[in-house]
Amino acid sequence: MKELRLMKGNEAFAEACIRAGADGYFGYPITPQSEVMEYLMAQKTQERTGMVTLQAESEIAAINMVYGGAGCGKRVLTSSSSPGMSLKQEGISYIAGSELPCLLLNVVRGGPGLGTIQPSQSDYFQSTKGGGHGDYRLIVLAPSSVQEMADFAGLGFELAFKYRNPVLVLSDGAIGQMMEKVELDIQKPRFTDEDIRKNTPWATIGKTPDRDHNVITSLDLESIKMEQHNHKLQEKYRLIEENEVRYEKIACEDAEYAFVAYGTSARICQKAIELARAEGIKVGLMRPITLFPFPKKVVKEMTDRVKGILCVEMSAGQMIEDVQLAVEGRVKVEHFGRYGGIVHSPSEIVEALKKQIIGG
Amino acid sequence: MAEFKTNPEILQPENVVYKRTELLTDKALSYCPGCGHGTAHRIIMEVIEEMGIQAETIGVAPVGCSVLAYEFMDIDIQQAAHGRAPAVATAIKRLFPDKFVFTYQGDGDLAAIGTAETIHACNRGENMTIFFINNGIYGMTGGQMAPTTLPGMKSSTSPYGRDVKTMGNPLKMTELVATLPGTLYVTRQAVHTASAVRKAKRAVRKAFENQKLNKGLSFVEIVSNCNSGWKMNPLQSNEWMVENMFPFYPIGDIKVNDDK
Repeated sequence: MKELRLMKGNEAFAEACIRAGADGYFGYPITPQSEVMEYLMAQKTQERTGMVTLQAESEIAAINMVYGGAGCGKRVLTSSSSPGMSLKQEGISYIAGSELPCLLLNVVRGGPGLGTIQPSQSDYFQSTKGGGHGDYRLIVLAPSSVQEMADFAGLGFELAFKYRNPVLVLSDGAIGQMMEKVELDIQKPRFTDEDIRKNTPWATIGKTPDRDHNVITSLDLESIKMEQHNHKLQEKYRLIEENEVRYEKIACEDAEYAFVAYGTSARICQKAIELARAEGIKVGLMRPITLFPFPKKVVKEMTDRVKGILCVEMSAGQMIEDVQLAVEGRVKVEHFGRYGGIVHSPSEIVEALKKQIIGG
Repeated sequence: MAEFKTNPEILQPENVVYKRTELLTDKALSYCPGCGHGTAHRIIMEVIEEMGIQAETIGVAPVGCSVLAYEFMDIDIQQAAHGRAPAVATAIKRLFPDKFVFTYQGDGDLAAIGTAETIHACNRGENMTIFFINNGIYGMTGGQMAPTTLPGMKSSTSPYGRDVKTMGNPLKMTELVATLPGTLYVTRQAVHTASAVRKAKRAVRKAFENQKLNKGLSFVEIVSNCNSGWKMNPLQSNEWMVENMFPFYPIGDIKVNDDK
């Protein structure tokens, strides 16, 4: 039986992780996502499902604990907010390089530096273009509701193990903190040791006589082998781009103009659509759900119909670069956004549409 | 890797008095001749073999000279980011409490960049083993000053000798972690003589046996030489180690549990 509850985004994510059969959470407190670990601790996960919940000494330690657990074929995760995610980037690069599955949550706050604790979307570049050192990509899921915070926990683990790649749920302080109705999945069993041996034969859970020793590393001192490894990674990212694009189109059938926005901005754009349509402006919304892979084809196809695209982001303009690459100059593409912790209002968005796209 | 050629006439079973332990792979060690790492590897692998726990053991290799430990140790093993081995091992042990989990780290890895991870894993009393190879220098990167470099000791980044006024004093991590309630057994050993190797091996064995007790972390420092980094031949470096390193890093148990 599915279960309905009223929950904060952060709590819904935590609960959904337990139900997705997570084996371990390793985290460090930071606003506005501390509810994730608080919730898990209050749930006594070790007693409830056997899941380990551990408060680490730093974000750096936490992500390296994730590396250790992921290398053992376990479902493990960490969560943080922007400054903490910056600290985790080295570890994420190692996880990507070693091709380990894991789930990451960034409840984004305004930056740069210590910035602010209010919601923002200014970690798009860090999330979708690599973030740490080396050529790698994360699969990036962008929830725009508490329901999706819950849904993307299970989906995230599924994709992480399918591709042996870290999956990042890129949320923000608004989605993390707000309360909404959420439908929760039933409890999935955690992996048994037999599951791990069968499904992740590369995992380090003890060398048995029937196989060679398993090694988890991102190192190869022979550059020719490292290039081959990189080729393999790039091939995987191409496959992900082919198979895993997710998006939602709202009011696009008759649209002459389009918003492209994700997460909280996409929610606000839905209200902006109502306001604009009341004034007779036919505008729709394309909401990328995967930020990597970015729905490039969908954006390109939209240019057959729409006369202009307004990218609405709580940043100085980051996702707009992916939209511009997809549009290839066919129609006008402009950015509108408030940032540094300010959330734009629907009427500001409509004004920007009129000024920058329709009248511009 | 160098290829070793042995006269097949000599290589007969009846002539074997000393051989590679089964749990070291056939890979030629990447360590400089005379370095203590090879012996340290060997005694750890011998203990795992003797305890019959290969299938139950997961190791964590560091960044530094022993970064390739995973190529030499025939066990399931992960290579951690610089300094993070205790965090990696913490998760493995928490997720598999019945396995034997250890880290193998050098002084730069454990006592500089990984200080926080080391202290907190010890303080939480993670039921695992940390092996700490202390040769007072960054060997892999070419002989720079380490947190354990002795006062006055020359290195490529302290070419006129470590000046403690500007470069700080060497850090005695082993004494430090012994003060934490989370550590069960803390010892400092060496591998420069046959008798030292035997004692060190007993310490390694105790450190692994302790994991069955589930009472805290076992920490085994091995003071070792770095003949190439110290710019000496192996013999000189071992003599220098005895004369200079041992007075500052005295060999012996610092904290012992008597639990059976």
